[in-house]
Amino acid sequence: MELLNNLALGFSVALTFTNIMYAFIGVMLGTLIGVLPGIGPVATIAMLLPTTYALQPVSALIMLAGIYYGAQYGGSTTAILVNMPGESSSVVTCLDGHQMARRGQAGAALATAALASFFAGTCATVLVAAVGKPLSELALKFGPAEYFSLMVLGLLGAVVLAHGSVLKAVAMIVLGLLMGIIGTDVNSGMQRFSFGIPELTDGIGVVVIAMGLFGFAEIITNLESAEKREIITSKISGLWLSKEQFKKAWPAVLRGTGLGSVLGVLPGGGAMLSSFASYTVEKKMAKDPSEFGKGAIQGVAGPESANNAGAQTSFIPLLTLGIPENAVMAMMVGAMTIHNIQPGPQVVTSNPQLFWGLIASMWIGNLMLVVLNLPLIGMWIKLLRVPYRLLYPAILLFCAIGVYSINNASFDITMTAIFGLVGVLFMKLGCEPAPLLLGFVLGPMMEENLRRALLLSRGDPLTFVQRPISLGLLIAAALLLLIIFLPTVRKKREEAFHEEVA
Amino acid sequence: MHWIRHPKDFWSGVMFVAIGIGAIAVSSTYPLGTAARMGPGYFPRMLGILLIVLGALLGLRAVRGPRTASDPIPPWKLRPLVGVLGSVVVFGLIVHYVGVLLGTVFLIVAASAASHEFRPKESVIAGVLLGALAVGVFIIGLKLQLPIWPFQH
Repeated sequence: MELLNNLALGFSVALTFTNIMYAFIGVMLGTLIGVLPGIGPVATIAMLLPTTYALQPVSALIMLAGIYYGAQYGGSTTAILVNMPGESSSVVTCLDGHQMARRGQAGAALATAALASFFAGTCATVLVAAVGKPLSELALKFGPAEYFSLMVLGLLGAVVLAHGSVLKAVAMIVLGLLMGIIGTDVNSGMQRFSFGIPELTDGIGVVVIAMGLFGFAEIITNLESAEKREIITSKISGLWLSKEQFKKAWPAVLRGTGLGSVLGVLPGGGAMLSSFASYTVEKKMAKDPSEFGKGAIQGVAGPESANNAGAQTSFIPLLTLGIPENAVMAMMVGAMTIHNIQPGPQVVTSNPQLFWGLIASMWIGNLMLVVLNLPLIGMWIKLLRVPYRLLYPAILLFCAIGVYSINNASFDITMTAIFGLVGVLFMKLGCEPAPLLLGFVLGPMMEENLRRALLLSRGDPLTFVQRPISLGLLIAAALLLLIIFLPTVRKKREEAFHEEVA
Repeated sequence: MHWIRHPKDFWSGVMFVAIGIGAIAVSSTYPLGTAARMGPGYFPRMLGILLIVLGALLGLRAVRGPRTASDPIPPWKLRPLVGVLGSVVVFGLIVHYVGVLLGTVFLIVAASAASHEFRPKESVIAGVLLGALAVGVFIIGLKLQLPIWPFQH
């Protein structure tokens, strides 16, 4: 019953005119950037973060969250029609979705994607609501040692489940942690790594780093490769499924939703991992695996429900523990901090309106997305015809004005450009920027908890293994690392991410 | 340098070691404190050491590891780099003086020139249209404190 009361509170917040409007803006923009290749949710949230200063915190978070799960819907449209992932999480949708489109079943593929996403979104919303409160109550019992160990687990988890070299990803996290402590030290008031630059006394903004590393660097690399994209713009008819298609699709949707919900909660998880895992599962489960890659509807239904479920359940660790598990959630930490909300288990009790309002808005947003993506599909297809040479300068303009408006000064733009340059260097060296961003937002928290834990134990580092919960978390982290260095797992992991690189 | 088997790994290792050394050098002036009472220099030095170790491992593995398919570092291309970053930086420096409208036209034309598909006339038109849009959204809509026309300040 308490859950119902809480949800009622949530809907009373989410259903105000202002919040409906911001949810709409969020999912609309999310679909837009999902459809358009070359700009992802991290850069978009960075772009819009400065404009949310004046908003109510709950409205700001509702809008920014809508961008993430909205992008999962939009990404599938591009994957199906253009055979190019509009979003990294829809890479696998290309495989069978585009084949369906080429066989004249584009309508069925689009309908499957949208309905599967909606079903998954609804289930995930309920899940977030159900586990949110108990989990945060558990987390309130955590002391600094437990928190430190939890962050270690979270950060290492992000590495294991990310692709590419493990060593590089760990090094990127450490670099992120280092960058996170730039500015004034809260305990001693001392300036660290600010090199006498007054603008750095408050540290580097998360917007500046995210936009440089994800936005600018991405555009530059896109321009370097200069690939041509070919758009299939055949008429789409019959946005519905036949009875047989429906029969084939629904078990895949159920499995995808379950898988995505679980993987979304794990550190390092989220939309992308969920969709990959679901595709693999569906291929294994299918009576006729040879259908896959030739337009199997399960290959669309499973991953599309999984990525949406994963996108939404990845809010669970953020809202209950205050630990972001992927780069998008790191941006959400930034958004909460800007509005003076310390992410963590206390959010449920100190800001119930925000917590439940955000959850309720997710379901409303999903409902809007079905409408945006099925009847209005034609609008997005037209947008796909806008050439990249016109698109990227416009993206740059909005980035530049957004960053400038943070402090009304050119310093932030110059810093963003420097991070753009660094981001290009990272890409050339094969270093993923996402772990860095996670380290960056967790840096100050991690130092603070380490400091407090060791203060309580009078400097004895054994405190981390003497406290049972902390020990358990550290063992889990060690197991993760161990597993990934096992030769067989290593090989499998490389295979799993192979399709994405190709 | 054929003894480097994995250029990407090797040079990222070098980068991490260099940053680690830099971090330790800079934070050596901060009070270290003890484990029980950490000074502001404790955590950064810890991270610096960790970064050096990780970077060294990466670099060593790239030299001594098994010879698999090599992964050359893609070449730097100046045009997209300078076009994209330059246009944005200059925009930041001049927008206060020339206003959003002119600044946008400059940004769009300069940024478009970063692409090998650059069409000058088209980019000027896009710049004017986007300038009007930016004024509408950011100055009239979101009420940002920026001048529309040149030398309003």
